[in-house]
Amino acid sequence: MSAIDWDLVRSSLGPLLDGLLRGTLPLTAVSFVLGLALALVLALMRLSGRRLVSAVARAYVSIIRGTPLLLQLFIVFFGLPSLGITLDPWPSAIIALSLNVGGYASEAVRGAILAVPRGQFEAAMTVGMGRTTTLRRVVLPQAARIAVPPLSNTLISLVKDTSLVSTILVTELLRKAQEIASPTFEFFTLYGVAAVYYWVVCLVLSFGQTRLETRLSRHVAA
Amino acid sequence: MTAPLLEARGLVKSFGANRVLRGVDVAVPSGSVTCLIGPSGSGKTTVLRSLNGLETPEVGTVRIGDVELDWATGPDARAVSRLRGQSGMVFQAHNLFPHLSVLDNVTAGPVFAQGRPRAEAQEEARALLARVGLADKADDYPVQLSGGQQQRVGIARALATRPQVVLFDEPTSALDPELVGEVLRVMQSLAAEGWTMVVVTHEMRFARQVADQVLFLDGGVVVEQGPPAEVLVEPREPRTRQFLQRLLEPL
Repeated sequence: MSAIDWDLVRSSLGPLLDGLLRGTLPLTAVSFVLGLALALVLALMRLSGRRLVSAVARAYVSIIRGTPLLLQLFIVFFGLPSLGITLDPWPSAIIALSLNVGGYASEAVRGAILAVPRGQFEAAMTVGMGRTTTLRRVVLPQAARIAVPPLSNTLISLVKDTSLVSTILVTELLRKAQEIASPTFEFFTLYGVAAVYYWVVCLVLSFGQTRLETRLSRHVAA
Repeated sequence: MTAPLLEARGLVKSFGANRVLRGVDVAVPSGSVTCLIGPSGSGKTTVLRSLNGLETPEVGTVRIGDVELDWATGPDARAVSRLRGQSGMVFQAHNLFPHLSVLDNVTAGPVFAQGRPRAEAQEEARALLARVGLADKADDYPVQLSGGQQQRVGIARALATRPQVVLFDEPTSALDPELVGEVLRVMQSLAAEGWTMVVVTHEMRFARQVADQVLFLDGGVVVEQGPPAEVLVEPREPRTRQFLQRLLEPL
């Protein structure tokens, strides 16, 4: 008896792709965008001169990084109902993933902003720009380039971390594989196909990272 | 006699326990060129950066045109930016925006900060680039230019906001020697056009030929000031003489 049932592989390709396209990828995309927005806010809070504001952001990042993502997911989905807040699986998944990404990515964004030379801020001020304009027109475009490698890490981790939401009944790639595998007991085959799908997505993202880095570096000295 | 366009009085500034300015006065008449010279650590760059609030003195006043700031009152960011708006600045390390084209560097102030129409700002920026001899570089990026060209873009950027005074912080100190001349020539022509300029520099020949007054600083005070023919040729103070001697004979 062969370990891999090739007929099952062929017949599962479609349903698993469905789980990828309708579960994993949208979850990743939405959580990453929301997480990035949160990360920018947190980074600016950390960098603000106000002690309290900075301390709040620091505490947030510490808690997010100091607790398991699976636990954060359970708190949102199973825990919040005790407080009278009941959310469906999908919103729960997106909230937990976004909050988590925001915490991790904020450190990358903060580091990138700090890496923009002091002279750039000064030049922006001397041509009359205020804080917001300086940030938008001078600092963030340069910080973006610096932040691409660490943020790519976050994104690629996120793709795989979405598999955790299979535990709260969101139908994504891993859950789809479980559903098909359970009645047939072909776990090796189905999980193998799912693994290949995850890997291909991450390969494509790595390729995109390289392209993006090249594009953003075109005006920077070699 | 009319009041000077720029006037700073009693500037005092410390970095920690180190008192870098101990009561500096500067008066710059409209249309004149003032050179600040002195050994490193003398406070000349700190004086220049106090004129636009990149440094915040503890005590002293700065007035440019009709905008005045009393540092002792701990002015808020808006008051400082109002003063800053009166001047333009050219940096030692040019500090051009690397992600913007040459043209966009020059229009950044007028468009992003002053809210002027882009088309009008671009037209003016092209004229300024022609003025510094870089009309054909408008679409290049800073990284594609030589050091001297980058610094000339820096000058065009500083002029683009239509400042009353242009501040130069050692504009040629970071350049290869053969590129110094092209920058100084642009500065000389601006002076001839009547721009009011305050220049921190080690280029004594430039100070000799272009400055209307020279201030020699040492230890956070103005030791000697006057026309270049006096301060640079027949200095009264021994410290000035020593400094000039060291420049002439470094070994």
